[in-house]
Amino acid sequence: MTSKSTPMVKAEGVHKSFGTAHILKGIDLEVAPREVFCLIGPSGSGKSTFLRCINHLEKINAGRLSVDGELVGYREANGKLYELRDREVAARRRDIGMVFQRFNLFPHMTALENIMEAPVQVKGESKATARERAGKLLDRVGLADKAGNYPSQLSGGQQQRVAIARALAMEPKLMLFDEPTSALDPELVGDVLDVMKDLASDGMTMIVVTHEMGFAREVGDSLVFMDDGVVVESGHPRDVLGKPQHERTKSFLSKVL
Amino acid sequence: MSVDVDKPAQPPADAPPPAPEPIKAIPVRHYGRWVAALVVLVLLALLVRAFAAGKVNWGAIPEYMFNADILRGLRNTLIITVLSMVIGIVLGVVLAVMRQSKNPVTSTVAWFYVWFFRGTPVYVQLFLWFNLGLVFQYIDIMPIYKDEWSDFMTPFLCALLGLGLNEAAYMAEICRGGLLAVDEGQTEAAHALGMSHGRTLRRIIVPQAMRVIVPPTGNEVINMLKTSSLVIAVQYYDLLQSAQNVGRDAGPVVEMLVLAAVWYLIATSVLSVGQYYLERYYARGASRQLPPTPVQRLRARLSGGANRSSAGGAA
Repeated sequence: MTSKSTPMVKAEGVHKSFGTAHILKGIDLEVAPREVFCLIGPSGSGKSTFLRCINHLEKINAGRLSVDGELVGYREANGKLYELRDREVAARRRDIGMVFQRFNLFPHMTALENIMEAPVQVKGESKATARERAGKLLDRVGLADKAGNYPSQLSGGQQQRVAIARALAMEPKLMLFDEPTSALDPELVGDVLDVMKDLASDGMTMIVVTHEMGFAREVGDSLVFMDDGVVVESGHPRDVLGKPQHERTKSFLSKVL
Repeated sequence: MSVDVDKPAQPPADAPPPAPEPIKAIPVRHYGRWVAALVVLVLLALLVRAFAAGKVNWGAIPEYMFNADILRGLRNTLIITVLSMVIGIVLGVVLAVMRQSKNPVTSTVAWFYVWFFRGTPVYVQLFLWFNLGLVFQYIDIMPIYKDEWSDFMTPFLCALLGLGLNEAAYMAEICRGGLLAVDEGQTEAAHALGMSHGRTLRRIIVPQAMRVIVPPTGNEVINMLKTSSLVIAVQYYDLLQSAQNVGRDAGPVVEMLVLAAVWYLIATSVLSVGQYYLERYYARGASRQLPPTPVQRLRARLSGGANRSSAGGAA
C-alpha cells in the first residue's frame, strides 16, 4: 500500500438519495494523488453532492467511497461495515480541506482568527505557531494586509481566498472546491483562480466542481462531465472539452462555452 | 479619499470650482405635529389637575425613597431577579441544546419541560412551590440532606425555583431560535475543518447565536424584574411587599405604590442601557461599522459642529 498505488479518492458505484430524489446513480471514478480533477455538469447533476460525500457531509446510500485507502464514514472489519463515531469522522476530515461556494467564513472572527481556529482547536497547536503560519498563508493568498479584517469587511474574492487559506492551515492532503468562483463578481474570479493554480502547481490533490472551463482546460489533469447523477464522459480536459463524444456533453458545452 | 473621477476640462486644480447655489424652497409645514402637541398638552393638564385635587402626600415619596425597609425590598427584588435569570439562562441553554440533540430521550425531555412550564401561569407555579409543604413533611435526599420541609423550602427558595424554572422554559425557546438562526454553512465549514459537534457549537454556533439571543434576553431580564413582584404569593419580602408594608404601617398607601413604581422604572431604565451596550458587543463582525453610541455622538457634537462631517466616521 504505497501512496503511489493508492488512489487519493476512489468511488465504486456510489449512490445517494434525498428522500425520493435519486441524486447519484452509481458513480465510479478515481482521483490520483497530485491530480487536479475537475467536475463539470449542469446544475442538479449531482456534482456538488458527490463532493460533499467525499468528506462525509452527506452519507452515501450504496457503493464504496474511499479517501487515501480508507473508507469514508465506515470501518471495515471481518467483512462487516461499522459506522464511524462522530469523533472518528471528524478526525478523518482533518486531512480534507473544503472550500464552499458561499465561503462560509466565521463572521465573528477576523481573517487571521478564521485561519487559526482549526489548528488551535482541533490540532492543539499553540496560538503563536498558528498565528505565524496563518500570517504566512494570508501572505500566500495575497491578503497579508487584511489579517485584522472581519469577513464582512472583505470582498467576495478576498473572502474566498481567506477560506482557501483556512482550509490549507490544516495541511490537508486533499482539497475539495465546491464551485469556488460561482458566487463572485466576474472581475474577482481571477484572483481566486490564481491562488488555485498556485496550489495545483505545488502538487496539491484537488477536486474542483466548477463552471470555469478555462481553468479546467489550463490546470486540470482530468475532467468528468456529470449529468443526472451519472458520469457521462471523462478524460483529459483538452479531449473532453475539445472533442466531446456524447450528445449530452456537446449540448452542455455549446451552452457554456 | 478623493479619487480623480474623469476630470472635467476646466481651469487648473488650484482654482476650486464655484460652489453650487443651494436650493431655496419653502419647507413643508407639519400642521399635524402642532395639533398633536396641543392635544397632548391639554390631556396632561387635565391629569395634573385631577391629581392636584386628590389628597396625595407627594412629600412622602422622597421621604421614604431611601427608607431602610424599602431598600431591603429593592435589594431582594434585584437579588431574586438576577439569580432567577441565572438559573433561567443556564438551564435554558442546556434545554435548547438538549432539544436540538439527536438523542431522542433528551430532546423529548426538553420538549416536555418547555411544554409544562410555558403552559402554566407562573403565579400558579409559585403557589404550588409554596404549598408543597402540605404534601411533603420532610425533604430527604438520601445520603446528603434531610430536613423539615418548611425549614428547607423558604420563601426565598420558593421564589427562586418558581421564577427560575419558569424562565428556563422561555430562555430555552429563545436560545433554540438563536441556534437555528445561524446559517447551516457555518456548521458545515466547521465540520469540514475536523471540528467536533461540541466544539462547533461552542466556538462557532453559540457566539453567532448570541446576536439573536441577547436582545430578547434583555427583554426577559426587564420582564423578570417586574414579574418578580408576583413573589408576594410566597411571602418573599420584595420591593412591592416592602412598599405595601410601609404604606400600611405609616399611612401613605398610594404614595408607596408610586414609590415602588419609581424604583422599578429606575431599575428597568438602567437595565435598558446595559442591554444596548451588550447588543453592540455581539453585533461586531455583523455590520461593517458600528453606529456611534449616544455618548460618542454627544461627544462628537460637543467637540464642535465645525468638523461635523468627520464626526460620523469616528469610531
